[in-house]
Amino acid sequence: MGLTSYLRSKLVPAALSDQVDRIHQPIGSLGYDPWGYNNEKMKVGLSLTRLLYENYFRVETTGIDKIPGKGPVLIVANHSGQLPIDGLLIGYALATRKKNPRIPRAMIERFFPTVPYLGNLLNEFGAVLGDPTNCAKMLANGEAVVVFPEGVRGSGKLYQDRYQLKRFGNGFMHLAMKYNATIVPVGVVGCEETIPAIANIKPLARMLGIPYAPVALPVVFPAKVLLNIGDPMHFDDREIPEEAVTERVEHVKAAISELIDKGLSARKRLF
Amino acid sequence: MADLKEKERRQHILITGAAGALAQQVINRLRDHCDIVAVDFREQVYLGDDIPSYCIDFNKRSFEDLFRRYKFDGVIHMGRIMSSQLTRMRRYNANVLGTQKLLDLSHKYGINRVVVLSTFHVYGAVAYNPALIDEEAPLKSAGLSADLIDSVELENLANIYLWRYPDLNITILRPCNIVGPGVRNSISTLLGSERAPVLAGFSPMMQFIHIDDMSDAIVLAYNKTQRGIFNVAPQDWVAYQHALKLCGCNTIPIPSIPPILPKLILKTLRLRSFPSYLMAFFKYPVVIDGRAFAREFEFQPKRPLKEIFRFYRDNKKPV
Repeated sequence: MGLTSYLRSKLVPAALSDQVDRIHQPIGSLGYDPWGYNNEKMKVGLSLTRLLYENYFRVETTGIDKIPGKGPVLIVANHSGQLPIDGLLIGYALATRKKNPRIPRAMIERFFPTVPYLGNLLNEFGAVLGDPTNCAKMLANGEAVVVFPEGVRGSGKLYQDRYQLKRFGNGFMHLAMKYNATIVPVGVVGCEETIPAIANIKPLARMLGIPYAPVALPVVFPAKVLLNIGDPMHFDDREIPEEAVTERVEHVKAAISELIDKGLSARKRLF
Repeated sequence: MADLKEKERRQHILITGAAGALAQQVINRLRDHCDIVAVDFREQVYLGDDIPSYCIDFNKRSFEDLFRRYKFDGVIHMGRIMSSQLTRMRRYNANVLGTQKLLDLSHKYGINRVVVLSTFHVYGAVAYNPALIDEEAPLKSAGLSADLIDSVELENLANIYLWRYPDLNITILRPCNIVGPGVRNSISTLLGSERAPVLAGFSPMMQFIHIDDMSDAIVLAYNKTQRGIFNVAPQDWVAYQHALKLCGCNTIPIPSIPPILPKLILKTLRLRSFPSYLMAFFKYPVVIDGRAFAREFEFQPKRPLKEIFRFYRDNKKPV
């Protein structure tokens, strides 16, 4: 046994490994899918996330079984905290639930594929470049996709704007309608406090070619995270004007806002 | 009498790029049922007494004599000079102007089936590529490097003829990386080497098709008159560095940031198998969707990736 295999066997609990194997993610003969997801790397990723989920952020998830066990699903959540920790935690919750676990695919910023090592690593853990074509193909494959319609507007927001939902793009709704995907709203509470930023140095971000350059302490705080999963929503695929699509998006946004408020009221302390 | 009818039914096919391993595989699959004439821009190859073989420049007037003499029914154009061969100008002349001449002559002499072999390189490797690229996707390659312009131009040309002269029944195939015994393209050279360069921190998803499967795909495409553009790729994927590992290659990481650095290094090294203008293909994925071709032509690749890589591992040659 090589060193890598030895470390992997020590890190990945057998139960978790079995769980991932049981999911039967559609992959090729060498364990990859077209987006770079890799079953073995996913096991390592989930094992590392487990430490964050259970010990560091002590996540409390409610309603995870509301996410359908099969078929195309869009898991729509609020985005916060500079780093995509929220996506990671939602993904872990769904992949490790007892009944009908699924490997959700998170759509990531266009900037990540250009970052050496990190871009590939995120792909191997199931993250996918946030491109509508990718999302469409995955929904057509019947996958569960985590989307953050706020995009960088949400993840890059400052601490003073915490828990204020930014504008939602309509793209996810068009895809959900076209592929008859169930939308499951999720309210994430706690990630805003993981990396509180007081300012964004836009010229620096432009110079470095990154979405934002937050002024924040170089530390991720162990804020307690609450994930509230809402009731599934269905939207038909009638030909409707864009205004009506926006109305449907606002409906989803309101559901998420309600779930956030529920989480904020339930939260007893920040850490 | 029966023999005569049999002879009358035999198709006359012009196959270009005959010096390449792929063309020879295609010829072997067709030679029992068709009369083949083989041509190549680079060299004359002996393919048996029953197959006339020529080394000819498509832009020369004598090329038309072949059409007069052999009365072709179909053309399989595999004579695209790869981006690692010849100079940019000579490649442009051969690939673009040569193809134009070939298609003009095909139209003039009433040919009713043309298969053109293109490449997935025309899509271009950019960071924002989605996976499973459809045939309708824009061809971004020309914007990335002047060395890939001829590949895109060849396709554009074939496309124009596809719509302008429907009687030619042109089918354009865009295969993923063709690999296997005898293949001399850059990716095959890399897989076959002891040490292969990689861009540090990048291991894009890749697709590989065995030369046998690709030959089958070309023959299937030729035999079914279905115009259009099709990606050809198996439904299997692997990361570049993982593929190298399975082929028994040691990797040599080249610093990847800032982006100008690997470009300078590769331009200085002038590696034939890892040219600077193909650098992006070793950095970002170009994963194509081959399902339309598989569906339309009932194509099912037979050689799995493991078998392909085993061949390279067992046949290592010193660099």
